[in-house]
Amino acid sequence: MNTPRARCEISFTVNDEHRTVLAFPMERLLDVLRERLGLTGTKEGCGEGECGSCAVLMNGALVNSCLVPVLQAQEAKIVTIEGLGQQCRFPALQQCFLECGGAQCGICTPGMILAAWHLLNQNPQPDLEEIREALAGNLCRCTGYVQIWEAVAEAAVRGNRG
Amino acid sequence: MRSNPADYELVAPGSLQAVVSLLAERPGEWLPIAGGTDVMVQYAAGNLPARKLVSLWNLPELRSIETSESEVRVGAGCTYTDLREHLVVEREFPLLAKAARWTGGIANQNRGTLGGNIANASPAADSLPALLVYEAELVLVSARGERRVPYLDFHTGYRKTRLASDELIRAVCLARRFADYFSYARKVGARNAQAISKICIAGLGEMAGGRIEDVRIAVGSVAPTPLRLQQTERILQGKPVDAVLILKACEIARGEIRPIDDIRSTAAYRSAVVGNLVAEFLHGLRDSGRSA
Amino acid sequence: MSVPRKEGLDKVTGRAQYIDDMSLPGTLYGGTVRSSIPRGRIRKVTFLPGIPWDEFVVVTAKDIPGKNCVALIVDDQPCLADGWVNHPEEPVLLLAHADRRLVPQAVQSVKIEYDLLPPLFSIEESERQQEIIWGTDNIFKTYLVEKGNVDEVWAKADFIVEGEYRTGAQEQLYIETNGVMACFDRNRGITVWGSLQCPYYVHKALMKLCALPEDQVRVLQTETGGAFGGKEEYPSMIAGHAALLAMKSGRPVKIVYDRMEDMVATTKRHPSRTRHRTAVTREGKILGGEIEFVIEGGAYATLSSVVLSRGTIHAGGPYFWPSVRIRGKAVATNAPPHGAFRGFGAPQSLFAMERHMDRIAARLGMSAVEIRRRNFLKTGQTTTTAQTIAEPIDLDRLLQRALSLADYEAKKERFRSHNLSSSAKKGIGVAAFLHGAGFTGSGERYLASLVGVEGCADGRVRVLVSSTEFGQGTKTVLCQIAAETLGLSYQDVEIAQPDTEAVPNSGPTVASRTVMVVGKLVQAAALGLRYTLMGAGLLGERHSREEFCQACARYSAEHGRFKSWARYDPPSGIFWDEERYRGEAYAAYAWAVYVAEVTVDLTTYSVTVDDFVALQEVGRVLHPVLARGQITGGVAQGIGYALYEKVLWREGRMLNGQMTNYIMPTSADLPPIRVYFEELGNVHGAFGAKGIGELPIDGPAPAVVNAVGDALGTGFDSLPLLPEDIFQGMSSGAATGADSDAVRGLR
Repeated sequence: MNTPRARCEISFTVNDEHRTVLAFPMERLLDVLRERLGLTGTKEGCGEGECGSCAVLMNGALVNSCLVPVLQAQEAKIVTIEGLGQQCRFPALQQCFLECGGAQCGICTPGMILAAWHLLNQNPQPDLEEIREALAGNLCRCTGYVQIWEAVAEAAVRGNRG
Repeated sequence: MRSNPADYELVAPGSLQAVVSLLAERPGEWLPIAGGTDVMVQYAAGNLPARKLVSLWNLPELRSIETSESEVRVGAGCTYTDLREHLVVEREFPLLAKAARWTGGIANQNRGTLGGNIANASPAADSLPALLVYEAELVLVSARGERRVPYLDFHTGYRKTRLASDELIRAVCLARRFADYFSYARKVGARNAQAISKICIAGLGEMAGGRIEDVRIAVGSVAPTPLRLQQTERILQGKPVDAVLILKACEIARGEIRPIDDIRSTAAYRSAVVGNLVAEFLHGLRDSGRSA
Repeated sequence: MSVPRKEGLDKVTGRAQYIDDMSLPGTLYGGTVRSSIPRGRIRKVTFLPGIPWDEFVVVTAKDIPGKNCVALIVDDQPCLADGWVNHPEEPVLLLAHADRRLVPQAVQSVKIEYDLLPPLFSIEESERQQEIIWGTDNIFKTYLVEKGNVDEVWAKADFIVEGEYRTGAQEQLYIETNGVMACFDRNRGITVWGSLQCPYYVHKALMKLCALPEDQVRVLQTETGGAFGGKEEYPSMIAGHAALLAMKSGRPVKIVYDRMEDMVATTKRHPSRTRHRTAVTREGKILGGEIEFVIEGGAYATLSSVVLSRGTIHAGGPYFWPSVRIRGKAVATNAPPHGAFRGFGAPQSLFAMERHMDRIAARLGMSAVEIRRRNFLKTGQTTTTAQTIAEPIDLDRLLQRALSLADYEAKKERFRSHNLSSSAKKGIGVAAFLHGAGFTGSGERYLASLVGVEGCADGRVRVLVSSTEFGQGTKTVLCQIAAETLGLSYQDVEIAQPDTEAVPNSGPTVASRTVMVVGKLVQAAALGLRYTLMGAGLLGERHSREEFCQACARYSAEHGRFKSWARYDPPSGIFWDEERYRGEAYAAYAWAVYVAEVTVDLTTYSVTVDDFVALQEVGRVLHPVLARGQITGGVAQGIGYALYEKVLWREGRMLNGQMTNYIMPTSADLPPIRVYFEELGNVHGAFGAKGIGELPIDGPAPAVVNAVGDALGTGFDSLPLLPEDIFQGMSSGAATGADSDAVRGLR
């Protein structure tokens, strides 16, 4: 058996709150968020960076948190689904998912909404092709994607209106 | 998640100098990890034998793209998103920009790095054929200093490279001479996004006076390493592009590659498709000559 | 009306609690040591050094208090292997520890040695019976459906068309893997929470496994991240494991599979082989035929007999067969048992039927459209099981409408000329089909579902069912039904969490029965509540919403919480002969015609679905957004089944048990699927609804493969159809599948 390694202190901001954890540097950011910080909105679907259910924003960039060793999140600004409500540009996004049938079982939804939010921030008026490309890293088994694209398109319309 | 974090060490020395010193101290003991899109997958599957890792993520010395008159120098720590968003890369090295766009979804593009792609040395890596046809040069760095090597023979075998055990890839240098070339790239995966390539191809060419003046073709996923189709290029050089030449080129190309049956595809399919893609490239090259 | 999903807000804010989001103090994490061989005897188990074994809870078959089985239909499947294993990944031993990260290593550190026995890996190997691995003949079940006089049709036929069609396994790939948590208390017994479809299935299985009475087992469903049948029967296994560990340790135990374990060890759609031999007149009328429908069940019976039943009954498609003989058979192999997956046998046999119709058309030189038109079931005619179609379904008109929506004729023309000069071949294909809603035959009668509706002190009403939500909209629609029945608003109705301690057994959430069957019972129970209040003089014949709420609050203040029950009462006129497999197989059928437009890129042999029209008659659409979501989701899975999802096997074990290598479609792969509905109503369903959960996965695969056939002029008869298969098929220059043609003399 290998000699046990040391935990270290890792500090970062999650949803605008400064947090410090004592963790093994190779703990996955996903597990630290879920198990240490109780932020269970971020989900594990595959552990391989294929399904996008674990997506969070790290310094403004969409990343799969199952592939981030927590040490690499040192001093980072993390936003999870729980923190999205506070973002003001596209508050309608979650509402549109509700109205358009963008969420069925809901397990892919946090990652999907974050990916959509990430897109709309960079491209507030995406066409269907751009929406499809932006969400191509988020797998949904329930919807066939159609109503998700519609939710994002509707959120874009409302966000650009108001 | 099949690995126990308690069994692993990960350090982030914070500067290239510090990382390189660590590697010099104990060559082969520390596995560099940049964006983690390869290493962390192995780790989660319980398939990462290395227990000590050193983080290259976000090292400022590695994450810049510098342009001079003659070359573009891409830091090895640049992500696919960095590549996609860089105007000069997009304009003058479209094969690389395309490959960046094809590698995984947005989240993985935000983390995967060019250096990681090269060092990981999977023959299926999307950016490698582009680097072969652009004849990239790599800047390798260690405590012993820097050296510059042609990418062309950097891969020595399946997942093996010329990188010494104390060395890192520091930068990828691309000569700015291909802006006017006809360029062609295709990735064939199991689906349109988030797919490991079954075949990928990058082609560059120039026509002059109805003949091929310069041609470069590279393929991935059809040999233990990414491959420049040098024999195919030789028979194409200086010739006018006609149906007979195209057929001949496809035949030679299929002979140069070493495709296998694996979890993703079959040798027969790969062979046939490479032939088709080479033909498609040559048709495009020929048409570019006509309109020039 | 499209009201917002009952649990929607929680889902879009990340507040919804799935099993792995929950924990109890002192929870241990469980892991499963599984067989690495397909068949053999366990000779020795060694716990390798390097793991603090004294800290681990270990459970083997010897620890099982009750019967070592996962109770379902036949009870042949052990919960833990005892001496013998019959498939790779069969569970042998359980481990638990407080440190979740220690468990996988510990699992890897248990070494099992075996004496190997010869395994069987295919339908053909099983049929050869060189080894007997189950029962006396490797056969789980057979069915025989006979109608008319098949033996006489061959002499009258102008054409006899044969075909063999195969489908591979398909993984449900719910994005949330299987997971449960169990705790045990000497007084209260076992409590299990989990990601599951059927709390009462788990309840029944745990009673038997743990030797506990009914009131000492409690099962609760947590928010479930997709199921599609993959959490119909399998949860009884994982729940049993967690329960055993909880009983032995006295601590709560959570078991959550990672993706690879879930993919390689749990159930998948049954692979199938269907053989058709059909007698047809030159005018394209089916005189009769023989259909052999065989499914591969894996090592234990689980639900194979029921999958076989549905597949057998659907094997004739939406067509009129004057005479037919359908032989259904489910056989054993040494693979992890296959199980429920949306469609449940129908996608397999309907793929064959719809491919076969195109084959018949091609043989006769008739269009794919015309051959169907000439054989569609009409009102008053009987199905293969001699069930009379009583409703005024006009399949010809449905077909016409689908073709028009798809711009079929114009596209077919355009594609014909386009294909002459392009290496991107375009094609368009059709599939017509049906899906019976509810349990087959006497199934619903046997289930005897019970539903409750409760009046609460605050004047609101609560629905009590064991039917589970896993994305399809159970909670929303059942609340809508209750609200509509009582003249209340949607917000006035809530629905209890499925908890065997608190809700009655309204049957499993499967078989497209929830809205139709359970919904109708919710209606009845709601009415019962109203009658109670009327009987107490608190409500008149007509009432407003406010009046109802007041009456409810008043009654509840006086009498405490009150409930009204409704139990399934088999409708009259529905007779099913289980012996002869004849009669009314289903109370209602939904009907559909799907049209797929594809491009086949001959440079890469890849197929892209460019457009998809899904038109279906579904009784009544109760919630347009949810109904549409069911169709688009089912179509997406069907397209995956057709073009992307291949399970690679080596020695009975799934090789590609990762999302990287098991390919489901992404956003970049699917077209905007177009969905259209028709409504004929349904006396047997709530507000006229029929079941639609499974219907949409039955049609896409044959529609897509027929379209590829149209594009290339070559038919393909196996699923999945990968670019490699297309390349292979075109290189060999022949269509796959048995294809003989006995042309009789002119009549």
